[in-house]
This record gives sequence, structure tokens and C-alpha cells, in this order.
Amino acid sequence: MIYVYIENSQGKFKKVSYEVISYAKNLADSLGDSVTAITINAEDSSELLFTYGASKVLNVKDESLKSFNPRTYASVISNLIDGNYILFSHTNESVSIAPYIVKEKSAAYITQTISAPLSTSPFRVKRSVFSGKGIAVVETDQPTIVLTLSVNSVGAKESPVSGIEEKIVLNTPIDSNYIVKNEEVSSDKLDVKEAELVVGAGRGMKGPENWGIIEDLAKVLGAATACSKPVADLGWRPHSEHVGQTGKIISPKLYIAIGISGAIQHLAGVTKSKTIVVINNDPQSPFFKSANYGVVGDLFEIVPELTKKLKDFKGLH
Amino acid sequence: MKILVAISSVPDTTSKINFTNDSKEFDKNGIQYIINPQDEYCLSKALHLQEKLGAEITIISVGDASVEPVMRKALAIGANNAIRINEEPKDSELVAKEIASVAKEGEYDLILLGKESIDYNGGVVPGLVAAELNYPFVNAVTGLEIEGKTIQVTREIDNGKETISIELPAVLAGQEGFVPENQLKIPNIRGIMSAKSKPFQVIEPKFSGNKVSIIEFEKPASRANVVLIDKDNLDELVRLLHEEAKVI
Ligand SMILES: Cc1cc2nc3c(=O)[nH]c(=O)nc-3n(C[C@H](O)[C@H](O)[C@H](O)COP(=O)(O)OP(=O)(O)OC[C@H]3O[C@@H](n4cnc5c(N)ncnc54)[C@H](O)[C@@H]3O)c2cc1C
Ligand SMILES: Nc1ncnc2c1ncn2[C@@H]1O[C@H](COP(=O)(O)O)[C@@H](O)[C@H]1O
Repeated sequence: MIYVYIENSQGKFKKVSYEVISYAKNLADSLGDSVTAITINAEDSSELLFTYGASKVLNVKDESLKSFNPRTYASVISNLIDGNYILFSHTNESVSIAPYIVKEKSAAYITQTISAPLSTSPFRVKRSVFSGKGIAVVETDQPTIVLTLSVNSVGAKESPVSGIEEKIVLNTPIDSNYIVKNEEVSSDKLDVKEAELVVGAGRGMKGPENWGIIEDLAKVLGAATACSKPVADLGWRPHSEHVGQTGKIISPKLYIAIGISGAIQHLAGVTKSKTIVVINNDPQSPFFKSANYGVVGDLFEIVPELTKKLKDFKGLH
Repeated sequence: MKILVAISSVPDTTSKINFTNDSKEFDKNGIQYIINPQDEYCLSKALHLQEKLGAEITIISVGDASVEPVMRKALAIGANNAIRINEEPKDSELVAKEIASVAKEGEYDLILLGKESIDYNGGVVPGLVAAELNYPFVNAVTGLEIEGKTIQVTREIDNGKETISIELPAVLAGQEGFVPENQLKIPNIRGIMSAKSKPFQVIEPKFSGNKVSIIEFEKPASRANVVLIDKDNLDELVRLLHEEAKVI
């Protein structure tokens, strides 16, 4: 049996969840097995998960899991699982639940997976290493495997099955050693790690007051915004937007880098992007070497113009 | 208060990554090693606590003698003492077990690790240390306040942050932002001198038998040459993104 843990954000399934189900379905097909998805306090319909190939959904409702606690989540999930594959998305949350399950099930633990299995016995997959500067093929012969899938690595693919849902109502004791005090979320922003399109900007922007043109471009595209490290260190943008070797490692379909020089540490966080566009007024900028498309010139002219062109394009399509 | 900070010795961020011996091994030739950047944030945070609360800070690395220069640097920055588990780290689970075992025996109150190492990028060790010890765990930590046996931990969540109150002992995985960039600690002459005489223990490993092994390495496919588009012809860029790259 193949199990997938489905993350939600304010009740809605996260996009990465469809990707990890697709991955599980593909694995299930090659093994002649089926996929069971586990959700905790989700509000979205389980039908959505059937569409991507889950034939069973264990829909857990538990008031005491309203706030996140890795240990209690892991114990709830562990109790529902009896199978050899347990799959997660490689997100901050899943990566804090999975290890307790690894321990409980004495499983092999493979993280940052970027490929479908190359073989299933022994189990072999590719994982990303050296901040995307390398790939490792790893192998295990263990009967139970916990695996985390790198975000935006294989993509989601619909593969509808007629599934069944099982509602499970629990009342897990509250862990008095771990109390969530408060949460601050700005719900209108797209998360840079999950986004398919990302617009990143660097020190070439001159100052935080100029970010309006970046936000306009991101809005037209439906993209998330990112920045280089010095921009975050200077306090021009929040640290949560910093991409690169010491920030977030992203792999969107499209990354537009504006006024960023393309230092090796920045590149390490973005080279997994499928398509890269670089806008820079220095034709010698190293970033052009790692780009698919480049525009040489002043970003303050080019970016508003590009936004306008994209608006026209969206109007037509 | 006793704090254990795990230090991973990793290739400098500017390193070119190559593989050798039929792509079976990482080519260490010419590589400079540094403290994993996220471990550096953790160490600096621990040192701020040392100043404020008189905490005692032990650093731990799992590695052969080649990691000692990086450990000495961490001592020069201000850690009180060091423990090296004498084994080349081939498997993250074994690394986690060694660290957990030291944490337990030494009765450390707080164990700080980097969220992810920049070499194997597993994000594996911190969570497994917590699971081994059955301690609470918080990932992607950007803030920490201590009041006696209770800590207030801030972690990054999608589009925001969350604050959690936890009873020690606990395991935290720190990341960028854990201390502001201008409060990162750097070694001074006195630190470098005293690092030589600080307690430095070398312990033989207790665990063996890895469940996962690396078969070989590959280099990612390189990108085709850049297509330059005239700044006065941005319609062409839009067309290429739509028709050729198919991303919009
Ligand atoms: C240990 C370590 C870790 C690091 N980790 C990271 C990391 O994770 N992420 C990261 O980003 N960096 C990281 N760095 C920093 C990195 O080395 C670079 O310093 C940084 O990426 C540079 O940021 P930048 O490109 O925004 O700024 P700059 O290097 O100053 O580049 C600005 C660019 O803007 C262009 N420009 C200026 N004006 C205009 C204009 N009007 N129109 C168009 N273009 C213009 C310039 O030609 C230049 O290319 C790290 C460094 C170290 C030492
Ligand atoms: N060999 C090691 N010795 C000590 N600490 C380590 C070692 N490997 C990893 N760690 C710690 O675990 C963190 C995450 O590493 P990883 O799981 O490899 O991504 C690092 O930032 C270190 O704090």
C-alpha cells in the first residue's frame, strides 16, 4: 500500500499535494498497487484527490490538531498507516512530521527526490544535492520507505480513479509541552517555493521604494516575488523572499531575474527553474550564461514595458 | 543551560562541484570547507544566549579529522567545547543517531541544527535527532526567546510566521534570519588564540549499518545558450515565452 500525506493551508489542499499524489499514482501503477491519501482537517472535497489518482482518502477530523504539532501529527498518521511507501512533499511542515514516522516504522528515509523511481527493487531514485549543482542516485533495500518529493520536480498530472472516502473523527490529547501561541499570515501572497512563476529582483532595483514595478509584473503573471540575499539583508524585502543557496531553493516553470548579477550562490537556488529570463543592463552579467532568454537594458524602462505587453497578451488569450 | 550546536563542514558556497572515480565520489580536490551557513546562524544565536544567560555551548560534528579546522573556527567564534564523532558521515540517519546519543548522555537542554546542509541538502538530520530523542521539534526557526525551562520559538510558515511555546528539552532547526546578518559572530584574535586550548573530545562512533546509499552522482543538464531579445522588441519575448517555452 502507498500512502500520501496531503497538506492543506487554511483547509485548502496545497498545490504540492497534487504533485505528490501524481507521483504516488505513477509508483502505484508500476507496482500494481493503489494510493491512499491522508488529510487532516481539510475542507476541500476528497473528489479532488481522486482526480489525481488516490483511490482512498482517509479524511481525519480532529479539533486538537487545528494547530500544527509535528509529533502529534506524526503519531496520528503513523496509526493510520500500514504499508511500504509513505510519501510527503518536501516542505518545512512535512519534513518535520516525517522523521517521527521514519523512527516509528524503522523506515529508510529519502528526501528531496526529483525523479520517478529508476527501479523498485532495490528502490532507486534521483535526489538533488549540492544546492542543485549535483544529482545523486540513491538506493535502499528496506521494506518500508519514507520519501519526500522536491516541490515542482515532476509536476501534477490528472489520472482520475473512482475513490472512496473514509471519515475518521479523532480527539487526540493535546501536547501541553508544545502550544502554538499565534500565527501571522498574509493570505494574499503566493508562496515563492510553491509558485509556478516567480519574479525575482536584486540590488539593481536601487531601493525598496521601487518595488512597485516588480509587484505589477508579478500580478499580471500571477507570479510570486523573490529577491537576492543582499536585498533581504538590507531590509528592502522580507527574508521569506530570499532565494539562493542560503535562502530558498526554487524550481518554478518560469523565473524572471531582474537587476540580479547571478552570483554562484544565487544561481544555486534558482537553476532548477525550467525557463529563466534575465533583465540586466550589464551585458557581462554572469546571469546571462544561465539564462534561456535575456534582455540587456535598464530595468526601470524594460519592466513596465514588459508588464504592459503581458497585459495585452493576457487580454487576447 | 546546556546547548548543543551541530556543525556540518561543507564546501564553500563558491565551489564548483565535480565528481570523480567514475562519478561515485565527490571530488574534494581544491575545495575549501566552511561551517554550513545555517549552522552559523544557530551558533551565533547560541552565543547570544551564552552572553545573556551564561549558557554553555558544545559544538558537535560527525566527521574524520579533516573537519577539525572548521570546528576550531566555531570554537574561535566562541563555543565552549567541542565533540567530534570520528567517522566520515556517509548516512544522515547514522549522523542523527550519533548526535542524539551525545545529546541524551550530556543532558543538553537545547539542540540546534541547521535546517539544511548545503552539501547533501537532506534536511534530514535535525528531524531525525528529534525523533531519536522523542523531543519536540520545530523546523525553519527564525526566532527564539528563553524564559527558564520554557522557550518561545518563531518559525516561518507559508506566507507568515507562527510562535510556539515549548518546554525544554527541544530540537530546533534554524535558518537564515535566526539572527540578523549584522549580528553574525565572527572570530577575533583572542578567540582564535583561546580556541586551541578549549576542551576537544574525539569519540568513536556507536552506530553502523546504513539503510540508504549513494550509487552515483550526476551533473544537472546544462542550459542551451541564451537567446538575447532587443529591449525595443519585448513582444518577441512574450511570444517566445508563450510559444517556445510554453510557460505563459
Ligand atoms: C556564504 C554566502 C552565501 C550567499 N547566499 C546567497 C543566496 O542564497 N542568495 C543570493 O542571492 N545571494 C547569496 N549570496 C550573495 C551573492 O554572493 C551576491 O552578493 C548576491 O547574490 C548579489 O545580489 P544582487 O545580484 O542583487 O546584487 P549585485 O551583485 O549588486 O547585482 C546587481 C545587478 O543589477 C544590475 N543592475 C544595476 N542597475 C540596473 C538597472 N538600472 N537595470 C538593469 N540592471 C541593473 C547590475 O548590472 C548587477 O548585475 C551569498 C554570499 C555568500 C558569501
Ligand atoms: N556530519 C554532521 N555533523 C554534525 N552535524 C551535521 C552533520 N550533517 C548534518 N548535520 C546537521 O544537520 C543539519 C542539516 O543537515 P542535512 O540533514 O544534511 O541537510 C546541518 O545544518 C547540521 O546542523
